[in-house]
Amino acid sequence: MKKQHGVLMWFASLGVLAALVGLWQLAAHLELVSPVFFPAPLRSFESLWDQMGTADFWLAFRETLRRMVLGFVTASVAGIALGAAIGLSPRLRAYVEPTLELIRPLPASAMIPVFVLLIGLNDRMIVTAIAFSSLWPVLLNTVHGFKTIEPRLLEVARILHLSRLEMVWKIALPNALPDIFAGLRLALTVSLILAVVAEMLAGTIGLGQNITLAARSFRSADLYAGIIVLGAVGYVSNILLQRAEQHLLRWRTP
Amino acid sequence: MARVFKGVLFPAAVLIFWEFAARSGLLKAESLSSPIAIFRAAVGVVADGSLFKAALETFGGAVGGLVVGATAGILVGVAFGLSRHLSQLMRVSTEALRPIPSVALIPLALLIHGYGFQMESSIVAFSCFWPLLIITESAVRGIEPRLLEVARMLNFSLRERVTKIVLPAALPRIFVGLRLAAAVSLVVAVTVEITANPMGLGYALIVAQESMRPDRVFAFIGWIGLIGWALNASLLRAQQRWFGRMGNWAEQSA
Repeated sequence: MKKQHGVLMWFASLGVLAALVGLWQLAAHLELVSPVFFPAPLRSFESLWDQMGTADFWLAFRETLRRMVLGFVTASVAGIALGAAIGLSPRLRAYVEPTLELIRPLPASAMIPVFVLLIGLNDRMIVTAIAFSSLWPVLLNTVHGFKTIEPRLLEVARILHLSRLEMVWKIALPNALPDIFAGLRLALTVSLILAVVAEMLAGTIGLGQNITLAARSFRSADLYAGIIVLGAVGYVSNILLQRAEQHLLRWRTP
Repeated sequence: MARVFKGVLFPAAVLIFWEFAARSGLLKAESLSSPIAIFRAAVGVVADGSLFKAALETFGGAVGGLVVGATAGILVGVAFGLSRHLSQLMRVSTEALRPIPSVALIPLALLIHGYGFQMESSIVAFSCFWPLLIITESAVRGIEPRLLEVARMLNFSLRERVTKIVLPAALPRIFVGLRLAAAVSLVVAVTVEITANPMGLGYALIVAQESMRPDRVFAFIGWIGLIGWALNASLLRAQQRWFGRMGNWAEQSA
């Protein structure tokens, strides 16, 4: 009964969204809002549909996704490995942690100019900027996850005569996973943002450049279509990560 | 004392190595500069007033957006928190809008407002709206039910209920949300400036990069980091001061 109610409410809320979009369509139709700034939703969806039939769109889509995944995966692997090393060693932590705390509040995009100077305005710069910026949330959260192991679990490990490697694999890592995933979620958001920003700056083929070009030539329907696509990328990538998290953490009691 | 020493040792070693590498020609001085040159540039941008002017512009954009976005987020959050039905009905709409990366809206904001404060503030407002909405909604929902019963017994109007019961009870957690949003606002403002808007600290970074002055790039990055850190630290102190133990509790539940 309760579940049925939930499904019903979900459809009702879908109806609300449809009604809001319908109102917008009506407002655009009656020319109550500027067609340049708020084009009729149907025109945006039409533009989206048309774009999806072109090879250019899919090339830009693939490029952005490739950079995002490359940067995100590099950052995740490096962040988890480094974070585990730092989190497991109190001695190392004493030296490195204050520096990490100092870097934490730095805006991710602020390092882009440095990479432009070092690498130039190209694809490699974009991937480096994404990887570098997504590294910090993963690293900091992993450190936190590894340093906060329940002491009793460590005692258990000692009693069971687990080797250091077994202790890390069987006790420390599962214990740190929820924190690691919190870091990965942040890193995923950062990687999409950085991909868009760096593409806008570098002017290389990608979804970020698509919307800049659309805005520059006042093709507002194309611009909204591009924003919808970027929203969808954010939404789907987040869902995928959530699924992975649920799968890996299924042993936890909810 | 030993703790401070250990914490300083790592960055000091990095800086000394960097200086040495830059002087011996191991590093490309035109892209990485050297710590001493960076320090000189950091003092220089204070002396010639360019840091102060840029920081003021960035603050303007960040604070303007924070005020608008946070106010809207709190209002909607209170409404959603008080009425579960409303929250459920709007669910698909909010879930469709939330994953849109804020930077994807930069071209749209540029189209509508042109360069300047308004365009920057509107992006910042969009980014600050979501954390406040989520935290306020869950804070309002977590209010002791008996307090709301009291309000009903006293025949409070909706306005009295909100201003006399709901907002004071939810305030510690809303403040945590405000603190997080303040950090977000600074990051987003700088990002918008780096990407498109010719003003503030972000644009100063881009100008330094384009004129091939890595010392100034790093100097501005250093100042941006310091400002972000100081903002965060002072808000954290304000939270502890004003809310004390309530603040700590809110921190954990936020």
